[in-house]
Amino acid sequence: MIELKSVSKSFGASIALHETDLCLDAGKTTALIGPSGCGKSTLLRLIVGLLEPTTGTIKIEGQIVSASVILSLRRRIGYVIQEGGLFAHLTAAQNVLLMAKHLKRPPGEMHTRLRELCELTHFPENALTRYPVELSGGQRQRVSLMRALMLQPSVLLLDEPLGALDPMVRTRLQDDLKEIFQSLQQTTLLVTHDMAEAGFLASRIVLLNEGRVVQSGTLDDLRTRPASDFVRDFLHAQRGLAEV
Amino acid sequence: MKSLGILLTVFAFCSTAQSLPIVVGSKRFTESYVLGEIAKTALQNAGFTVEHKQGMGGTIILWQALVAGEIALYPEYTGTIGEEILKTKQRLNTDEIRALLREKGVGMTGELGFDNTYALVMERDRADKQGIHKISDLREHPELNVGLTHEFLDRQDGWAPLSARYGLQMRNVRGIDHALGYAALRNGSIDVKDAYSTDARIAENNLILLDDDLHFFPQYKAVFLYRLGTDPRAVTALEKLAGTLDTTRMTRLNAEAERTKNYALAAALYFGQKPEPVAGQLAGKIGRWIWQHLQLVGASLLLAIIVGIPLGIRASRPGPISDFILSTTGVIQTIPSLALLALLVPLPFFGIGPVTAIFALFLYSLLPIVRNTATGLQDIATPVRESAAALGLEPQAQLWKVFLPLASRTILAGVKTSAIINVGTATLAALIGVGGLGEPIISGLNLNDYSTILQGAIPAAVLALLVQFFFDGLERVFIPKGLRLKQ
Repeated sequence: MIELKSVSKSFGASIALHETDLCLDAGKTTALIGPSGCGKSTLLRLIVGLLEPTTGTIKIEGQIVSASVILSLRRRIGYVIQEGGLFAHLTAAQNVLLMAKHLKRPPGEMHTRLRELCELTHFPENALTRYPVELSGGQRQRVSLMRALMLQPSVLLLDEPLGALDPMVRTRLQDDLKEIFQSLQQTTLLVTHDMAEAGFLASRIVLLNEGRVVQSGTLDDLRTRPASDFVRDFLHAQRGLAEV
Repeated sequence: MKSLGILLTVFAFCSTAQSLPIVVGSKRFTESYVLGEIAKTALQNAGFTVEHKQGMGGTIILWQALVAGEIALYPEYTGTIGEEILKTKQRLNTDEIRALLREKGVGMTGELGFDNTYALVMERDRADKQGIHKISDLREHPELNVGLTHEFLDRQDGWAPLSARYGLQMRNVRGIDHALGYAALRNGSIDVKDAYSTDARIAENNLILLDDDLHFFPQYKAVFLYRLGTDPRAVTALEKLAGTLDTTRMTRLNAEAERTKNYALAAALYFGQKPEPVAGQLAGKIGRWIWQHLQLVGASLLLAIIVGIPLGIRASRPGPISDFILSTTGVIQTIPSLALLALLVPLPFFGIGPVTAIFALFLYSLLPIVRNTATGLQDIATPVRESAAALGLEPQAQLWKVFLPLASRTILAGVKTSAIINVGTATLAALIGVGGLGEPIISGLNLNDYSTILQGAIPAAVLALLVQFFFDGLERVFIPKGLRLKQ
């Protein structure tokens, strides 16, 4: 479970996130959605400790995020970003295994886990020796996901993981992600700006605008009982093919 | 009495720093090299082991090396002692000079005989055509081009007071190397230059000395300056040289040295001895220079890598410390190499020798390494940085496992730049007697002899190319394969 209490973040005079209280259910997938600059990536960075909150506290599984525990906390969090953030000097396998090797996990155990992950993320095992530049965009995101899942984290954070992919690859990965989320049952927070993706992958949607939570609930809640004109407009802005 | 003898020996040991061999220094021109060789032979004949550090630099470097005990003696001129070392405006006689030097722990031998005064020279034909015979005649010709050695331009008995005294208003005055100045006179780039009155090239190039009709120049009687701690028997051997070299004889020895490009030979002529055979074939000599050169480049580069990469890592984080590191290494780069050597030589621990050369080269190698390391690390994209942190790697592990490998190409490029620049700069080491490929370049410049210059310049250029190929090869080892692949 992830709990934010009165968390805010300012950069100088500009406020990226107003005081926010938020509770993410354990084992569920929550989507964080909103227009560009609404504060959704800031919120994610606060949780993983890449940013320090200006006010308030963040608790992950009862532990307050602070400098003294951040390393051990991060090892229990999987983090995937838009372009994958893969390390260009390491092969796919080396990227996935980097942290496990650093923690000196037994090699046998590591390689069993690597094979499991290939299967889970539908990544071809023979591509494990390739470098990031030799992989397609979709494959890179799969490697990034494997790297995030390697240490069997209890929390998974994804920052627009499918943002830079073409529609076909994106749809296929959405299907795979849904399957993975369901089989792993981790506390998952997914940042996206695509309402359909949020509705498809998450059981709960948190809509942000200008650094504030505007509404939180299921896709149905947002559709049938929009909290404001902004919520209605945001939902309508997502044009389906049928309307064209 | 016995204990006094031991005490004296210990004193001599301490005062000459490296003890046993007596180190003779000389300045960067033919006559000084020849006098250095003469002193060396005289001392060897008296039973001493002697080392001659040829062409160490100008007056200041030699004087500081003497005071610091890097060398035991070197040839000097009374005029220079008064003007440049004692810095007095008065004309001192020999006894007054000797007394003042004694206060500084330095002794002076008797005058060797000749007076090598400064003089202004012109091509004979051009001077005759314009009717110029005395320095005061130059007043009527302010349009003439004057090319002067840098030392003469700055000296207290040099150009500025000379033109003030004579009321000269020359419009075109510039600094030029002494040996190159003769070539410039010949092809007409300059009309007037400074020279020494015993310079063999005055007769050789059909030049005339302009008469110093207002007696501006002080006398430049040649002497040897030595540290007062020097073995008295050595001093006696040097004193025997006093009064044995008149202007004609010195001019002839200078001419011989320049003709044969062999200073030891000129010294042998003085003693009526047969010269020692020239040591080694050219290939062997060039091989030795290359080896010394590589040692200098290698040692200074290694030091620069060990110090520069950590400094670059620190400088990659924004803040005042980084600004300080980058601006300091930048400023070092702007210090002319000769000036840097002159600053280092008088410091304790440095002096004349490989340590100083390596340290100077090390300082010059820092900037490319520090700057490239800092830039390489700063250029790592934010998502990659955040990914490394979010994995839970400690800052040190992030640096070693992710950031440094990703920046390796830029860092290695900095090391490569340093190495190539270093190969060129290391030629300056010869100025402080450390050898290397600068040795033939500097003596070639002094002799105005292009083939000798090329003996150093060509291997240095080839060496720079080889260093480049070597580092291209290293890229395969040090840059991870994933960074060398094309997108």
